[in-house]
Amino acid sequence: MLYALLCYNSEDAIGSWSKDYHDETMTRLAVVQDKLDKQGRLGPVARLLPTTAATTLRKGREEMVIDGPFAETKEQLLGFYIIDCASLDAALDTARDLAKANPGTGSYEIRPVAQFQDYKLAEQRKPAA
Amino acid sequence: MNDIGWIDGVLTSARPQVMGALLRYFRDLDTAEEAFQEACLRALRTWPQNGPPRDAAAWLILVGRNAAMDDVRRRAKQVALPDETAISNLDDAESALADRLDGAHYRDDILRLLFICCHPELPATQQIALALRIVCGLSVKQIARAFLVSEAAMEQRITRAKARIAQAGVPFEAPGAPERAERLAVVAAMIYLVFNEGYSAPGNEAKTRAILAEEGIWLVRLLLRVFPAEPEVMGLAALMLLQQARASARFDDDGNIVLLEDQDRSRWNPKRIAEGLALIDKAMRHRRPGAYQVQAAIAALHARARRAEDTDWAQIDLLYANLERLQPSPVVTLNRAVAVNKIRGPAAALAMIEPLDERLSSYFYFHGVRGALLQQLDRRAEARKAFDRAISLAHTPAEAAHIRQHLDHLDKESA
Repeated sequence: MLYALLCYNSEDAIGSWSKDYHDETMTRLAVVQDKLDKQGRLGPVARLLPTTAATTLRKGREEMVIDGPFAETKEQLLGFYIIDCASLDAALDTARDLAKANPGTGSYEIRPVAQFQDYKLAEQRKPAA
Repeated sequence: MNDIGWIDGVLTSARPQVMGALLRYFRDLDTAEEAFQEACLRALRTWPQNGPPRDAAAWLILVGRNAAMDDVRRRAKQVALPDETAISNLDDAESALADRLDGAHYRDDILRLLFICCHPELPATQQIALALRIVCGLSVKQIARAFLVSEAAMEQRITRAKARIAQAGVPFEAPGAPERAERLAVVAAMIYLVFNEGYSAPGNEAKTRAILAEEGIWLVRLLLRVFPAEPEVMGLAALMLLQQARASARFDDDGNIVLLEDQDRSRWNPKRIAEGLALIDKAMRHRRPGAYQVQAAIAALHARARRAEDTDWAQIDLLYANLERLQPSPVVTLNRAVAVNKIRGPAAALAMIEPLDERLSSYFYFHGVRGALLQQLDRRAEARKAFDRAISLAHTPAEAAHIRQHLDHLDKESA
């Protein structure tokens, strides 16, 4: 079964990490990702730019375009992983591995995927890793 | 692995809001700083065991406030035993003050904290040092190192700046809309100053000063979160991100300047560029142009060009013409002339900058650009004179070395 692991945290806090701590954390997270990848369980992974770079289009009879996300919250959606897990327990274990690599504030929402299509982006369109 | 890394991030990010609230509460910068320090110490003691509180900023405000109140009480006790009226007065004061802790004020709190650093009587260097100390939370040692002065000198600079602020009185009343807009403009200018202290540093100082450009970006992101729908704030953030994206390509290994058109574009930071482009796109939708947005739009055209020869100079010329209207300055015209040279040739560019001679006669770049245009027109003797003048005005060995390359080129051509 496919799960989306949605990463929520305070983007202010992440944005205030020292460069060393940032690099260390990314290295620890890469270890978890590598393990999943080797098991053939890792799908697309995305890290999002801060919500200050976001725009929201609100549907309705009169469309509304808003700067930033629709609702102001203490923790923001910062990125996601798509992973293949045999059960919720397995998905929770993966989330725990990620939490161990990146401790402190924040949360992972484990959300089963209903439909998944892996469209291929042209190589030159992909942002740098 | 320890917990200090993430706690440090939470404390740093909460600092402006917490300091802003404590300043409103105590109306004294030193007391607010001490209260914040105490709250941070307690966070470092309790968060590793108990985990982080749900709302770190609110926790720090309350703990900081209580700690400082305890301190006030203790001091009061040392003076004399409090009588009942004193206690009840204190309680009254406390409940009134607690009302002011309303989180809804946080935008004005943060803006005020930034704004007091911009006091017009403070010279720019003191404004910057103060912002780095009280808003960013850099240590005096870190700030001193970035400014290449001794710690004692920086300590003194900051103390003096604080004294001047205390004397002037901090504006505590909530600002009306016009005041708020005014404060925002002043704060934006100060943040750009912080950034430029790092970004404009010469090659040999670029590494030590890089921290200033990074703190500038941290500050502009803070301002953007507080005012997420202000196009000029988006423009400033975009401008700084797009400029700083080029940081690692701007100097060669010896600290010499590498001109934009000669830079290795694969060394530009793609994440910064993506964020900068997103922000300028958002800003333009508001159709309320301003000087930062136009400058960011120019930087965006450079960022979008895969190779230097792909640069859309015609569009850049138009944007500079816009900037000349919004913010008339001979330096803007000088920059425009560089674009004009690309599309209409050196004669047109030279005609554009000749009238600036008087106002820019002691400006290094003016003579550098003029020399290069004259060189293109094959007016070698005049070019040589302009380059000599530029070298005499160079601020750094790197600037002089750059002009000397032109001179060498002239010599080779005439040989």
